[in-house]
Amino acid sequence: MKLSSLHGVPVTTADQAARPRAGRGAEAAIEVSHLRKTYGPVVAVDDVSFSVAEGEIFGILGPNGAGKTTTVECVIGLRTPDAGLIRVMGLDPHRDREELHTIVGAQLQASALPAKLRVGEILDLFHSFYQHPADLAEIRDSMGLTEKKNDYYRSLSGGLKQRVSVALALIGNPRVAVLDEMTTGLDPQARRDTWQLIEHVRDRGVTIILVTHYMDEAERLCDQVAMVDHGRIVAIDTPEGLAHRAGVAKRVRFAPSAPFDDRLLTGLPGVRSVEYVGEHVVVTGSGDVANEVILTLAAAGVTAADLHLDSANLEDAFVQMTGRHIHEDQIGRVHR
Amino acid sequence: MSSHVVLLPERTPRSAFGKLLQDEGRYAWRVPVGLMLGVAIPVLVLVILGLVPGANRPSKSLGGLTLFTVYVPVLIVFALAALALLSLPTHLASYREQGILRRLSTTPVPRAWMLAAQVIINLALAVVALAILVVAGMAAFGLSAPRQPGGFTLALVLTVAALFAIGLWIAAIARTQNTAAAVGQLLFLPLLFFSGFYWPRASMPPVLRNIGDWTPSGAAVHALQDAMLGSFPSAKSLLVLAAWAVIFGILAVRFFRWE
Repeated sequence: MKLSSLHGVPVTTADQAARPRAGRGAEAAIEVSHLRKTYGPVVAVDDVSFSVAEGEIFGILGPNGAGKTTTVECVIGLRTPDAGLIRVMGLDPHRDREELHTIVGAQLQASALPAKLRVGEILDLFHSFYQHPADLAEIRDSMGLTEKKNDYYRSLSGGLKQRVSVALALIGNPRVAVLDEMTTGLDPQARRDTWQLIEHVRDRGVTIILVTHYMDEAERLCDQVAMVDHGRIVAIDTPEGLAHRAGVAKRVRFAPSAPFDDRLLTGLPGVRSVEYVGEHVVVTGSGDVANEVILTLAAAGVTAADLHLDSANLEDAFVQMTGRHIHEDQIGRVHR
Repeated sequence: MSSHVVLLPERTPRSAFGKLLQDEGRYAWRVPVGLMLGVAIPVLVLVILGLVPGANRPSKSLGGLTLFTVYVPVLIVFALAALALLSLPTHLASYREQGILRRLSTTPVPRAWMLAAQVIINLALAVVALAILVVAGMAAFGLSAPRQPGGFTLALVLTVAALFAIGLWIAAIARTQNTAAAVGQLLFLPLLFFSGFYWPRASMPPVLRNIGDWTPSGAAVHALQDAMLGSFPSAKSLLVLAAWAVIFGILAVRFFRWE
């Protein structure tokens, strides 16, 4: 999909979102158009439209309170939208709720399980809910829960609880899995393990909606990412596309082996600025700026030691498009 | 939320209900609130009464009845009220509070099945308590079998209906486990009083006994005692029980929230 507008402007028109994307070859597994949901005077989700191709991992990325959870709760039939149309594998989540729950597995935020049931009992129980479930032992093994099957749910660490939760989302052999903040509260190793697991699930052909506020998670896993803020979609694209469109410059930082004339670099086509930070030089620019800088310096007999290259990422894109950091409470407002 | 509940969806295996029942049974064993309050305590009180000398001789202060004839119906009501007002609503509210019901509602299983499983487990505990109280009362303490078995059974069924309707109403309105426990206690203690647990009905001032006759516990003890002694329970006590069952049954259905 070609995205036509620049920073801060919603780039997906309803028309684009409402039909399967050309060029990706797959029927849309999930269609959401003009979704709106209010709680009293609060508009939680406003005119949200997107479409997810079958077998794709679709990320919904945004800060707390952006309307991510409300959106997916409408998709899985837990909430009734005020307006808009949703289709999941051709089903209406509200009207066909019962059938929907046979093909959609969900991992909900802040949803516990009975404290004094054992892991094995919980898996067995949810396994019995489906007519065509996944293989119980396979799910248990692949989630690393076999050793834990006799442990009470209450005694599990946060990471293991999340794993049980993800296992339950997959135990019905779903065609669509909705995972809401599945790695929140996990340690880095557990997060990476979970990511790997999600990729395995995708490889089995399951379409996945992933709600997250972690940029690295979205970058690593998602084929498409919708950035949401204040209940609206700010942009939808591939992670690379979003970063690229943010237009954030690349930064090259290095310690020169000898002094040199700034004009050597400022004259280069891709370079925007040259600054000194202590011993280091920071060059911002675009395109193949790193290569140009190094080659130019080398020609002048200067080597660039301690070289760092930062390229734009989703975090930069988010700041660029919304004017704030995704974890604003921790970082503080961005001044522009 | 959706207003209609599909009780027998085509796409959910029936065996799922058996599993739910099994796990709720395990839970009742591992977190034995119902087992303690609804079975162990009434049986323990019965045993203690059995140690009182002359407990099976008629006593003037008990209106010419034996201690057992007076207390077995009271203990039956104790057991049923503990299961209905304390065990059932706190457990269900905890499932709601922790999002377990919500989690369940993303599966093909109707949430009503979970509710049904919990009611059935508590009813099963009630049957156990009842069996022990009546059988032990008869075998060990010389209690005579109810002389009006039909009236006794009818009174029991209506008592169960009235108390469980109130319990389900608590489960319906309480958002958290703590609220459910507080409301349950608030009702349980006065009901216990009017059943004659602390102060036998026979020696209560008439005004208190009359008030008690309008409560589900007082009416239940009245009806059960009548049936044990041989007369069919009075229409008034049966109607009082039925009225509590119907009114609170309607309120429970009206106010029930899954989340």
